[in-house]
Amino acid sequence: MKSVITVIGKDKVGIIAKISTLLADNNVNILDISQTIMQDMFTMIMMVDIKESAVDFYKLSESLEKLGEEIGVSIRIQHEDIFKSMHRI
Amino acid sequence: MFTPYEIMETINMIQNENLDIRTITMGISLFDCISDDYKKACQKVYDKITKCAKNLVKTGEDIEKEYGIPIINKRISVTPISYISSACGNHVEFAKILDKAAKEVGVNFIGGYSAHVAKGYTNSSYEFVKSIPDALSSTDLVCSSVNVATTKAGINMDAVKQMGEIIKETAQRTKDGLGCAKFVVFANSVEDNPFMAGAFHGTGEPECVINVGVSGPGVVKCALEKVKGADFGVVADTIKKTAFKITRMGQLVAVEASKRLGVPFGIVDLSLAPTPAIGDSVAHILEEMGLEKCGTHGTTAALALLNDAVKKGGVMASSYVGGLSGAFIPVSEDAGMIDAASVGALSLEKLEAMTCVCSVGLDMIAVPGDTPAETISAIIADEVAIGVVNNKTTAVRIIPAPGKKVGDMVEFGGLLGKAPVMKVNNYKCDEFINRGGRIPAPIHSLKN
Repeated sequence: MKSVITVIGKDKVGIIAKISTLLADNNVNILDISQTIMQDMFTMIMMVDIKESAVDFYKLSESLEKLGEEIGVSIRIQHEDIFKSMHRI
Repeated sequence: MFTPYEIMETINMIQNENLDIRTITMGISLFDCISDDYKKACQKVYDKITKCAKNLVKTGEDIEKEYGIPIINKRISVTPISYISSACGNHVEFAKILDKAAKEVGVNFIGGYSAHVAKGYTNSSYEFVKSIPDALSSTDLVCSSVNVATTKAGINMDAVKQMGEIIKETAQRTKDGLGCAKFVVFANSVEDNPFMAGAFHGTGEPECVINVGVSGPGVVKCALEKVKGADFGVVADTIKKTAFKITRMGQLVAVEASKRLGVPFGIVDLSLAPTPAIGDSVAHILEEMGLEKCGTHGTTAALALLNDAVKKGGVMASSYVGGLSGAFIPVSEDAGMIDAASVGALSLEKLEAMTCVCSVGLDMIAVPGDTPAETISAIIADEVAIGVVNNKTTAVRIIPAPGKKVGDMVEFGGLLGKAPVMKVNNYKCDEFINRGGRIPAPIHSLKN
């Protein structure tokens, strides 16, 4: 299952490193990654494959949220279909 | 891969503009629960609801987490109970068992304590309707509705008269008249409406079905902020595009819920449903179009445009559209409407005019507690006449708040919000209402 991880917050050192470490520890494969500054906010978008993930979606979502709190950014993971259904016909 | 703009647009709609799925409503047929022994029938009703809807709330929550879109309500609608209880009586027992079943499965409302009497009463439907105040005052989650008119049958004025009395009695028997917030009087009611308080599972519906109601007035308002001053072609186009995106969310959730629950997908209801939260108001969309306050001259035209554009945008986004599908204008559940009514910009008469061009009717309106039953009946008669003649659904959900006067505020709490008590016309209409009988169906109902 493909999912989209979005990270929004103030830019700082190590955001990508910390998130990709967490993903690697849980055997989640990063398919694509892009980052930009939108409205003065650091915005990172990752497409990941969680098919082989060591934990289920809900656990992964919880640990990402927790990590976000630790480093002071908002991290969310959503099934890619929500973006597909809104932006692709 | 999606562009960052696309991803952020979706997230922004959910996080900042109150985009949500308002309700996943499971419709359940209760016809196979009929028995001449009410205890047996009630047991069957309880067993069937708790079996069919066992995983409804959990499934809704799972979808919410995986897709990151809030699903505010999980609800159940059932076959109008008047059909089910007709063979055994003891109608109120059915309301109590619905309440118990709803609490067991964790839904926040169950609709279908309902009757259809557009052309006249049966012996049992008359008794059933009389039981409504009792049912609403002895349950927490049960919603009730009565269809008193259709374009095909005309208006059952005996029922309209009785509705005024039922509403008054319900108001007296529940705190601040809250029971009236769970009771709707319909003309041309629809069988697959997922929204409360008027949801029921129609007689032509399948065994069990999933209907979804979307929301998103805040998203439409924010989209219109970006086209300030543009002409109405641009306004309509902007609303259409936004409605399309909102409805695609509804379609996704409906299909996913139906797959996971193993229940067929019925419809997506395209209604823009407001909440009392700031940034979730239909009135504020109308004001964004250039009206100082909702209710001033121009409001009906603005609402007509909004309602039409929402349908045009939504209809392409879903494989099956149904329910009420139009903008809702409940006074107590919309921050902009509450404000407009409080400052006197929005009157009952203007609301009535607005209901000609949108769904669904005079909704969540508080009137003085001493309003006579005949006046409430006459308000209902006016509203259902609009529905009957215009071949559309209209409804009345009105609360004669005990002890309250014009200008007072009635607090219902939660999604039901708060309502400023509105002025009614004090000239009498008793003789009109007391005539009874049936207003014939309009000429354009003869289509065959």
